[in-house]
Amino acid sequence: MESLIILVVLTTLGYAFGSVIERRHFASIIAREHLLRNIMCFSARTPPSDIGPVDSQLVGGNVVISIDYFKLIAAALRGLIGGRVSAYETLVERARREAILRMKVAAQDLGATQIFNVKLETASIYNGYQQQTGSVEVYAYGTALIPHTS
Amino acid sequence: MFITNIEAVPGKRITQHLGMVQGNTVRAKHAGRDIMAGLKNIFGGELKGYTELLTEAREEATARMVQQAQAIGANAVINVRYSTSSISAGAAELFAYGTAVVLE
Repeated sequence: MESLIILVVLTTLGYAFGSVIERRHFASIIAREHLLRNIMCFSARTPPSDIGPVDSQLVGGNVVISIDYFKLIAAALRGLIGGRVSAYETLVERARREAILRMKVAAQDLGATQIFNVKLETASIYNGYQQQTGSVEVYAYGTALIPHTS
Repeated sequence: MFITNIEAVPGKRITQHLGMVQGNTVRAKHAGRDIMAGLKNIFGGELKGYTELLTEAREEATARMVQQAQAIGANAVINVRYSTSSISAGAAELFAYGTAVVLE
């Protein structure tokens, strides 16, 4: 009985705080994406040959985002019946968009306008106990092209 | 030392390929950071301690790769890739690899 009460309390706390944090994070991501829209990302492997004189440098950004207790329970229940685990979909989406934004900020600091060969790498970080996914790390990297100012 | 993840360097010519170079590091979690992470696992949100830990680890893997490239006389590493793997519950390996080249 006690463990059931703890479970219910943790799930409620996870839902209450987790959904607020997620909503705020998405609002901040959308606002910053708008500010950084002048820096273009391409997954093309090489820049076009007529790009002009540029310097290039590797830039990257990473973020580790934790699940909340509600997501953990929701995903565990979803695991019983199968189908879309939307609790995790939004988690990974937040992490990817945040990592791309941090990469763009690094590129902006160098005065770059384009990033080529953008690669995204996702890794899950496990909790020791029971090996459940505790958090997800996304690293975004690419080659920033910095136009010559002269 | 010039590092890029595309195959050619715009405006420069590759005169010599020296083969693959690599660097890795295995990092374990910090116990203090882990307590904070345990709390964050209930409420959600970013784990800043882990973000920093992985950034440092990736910098170290890159530095080791660069060291190896310098040792064989390269002045650039092209086509760099990163890879992450969880080795055990508390540790992760960060791995960087690329092609060492000589640019004119």
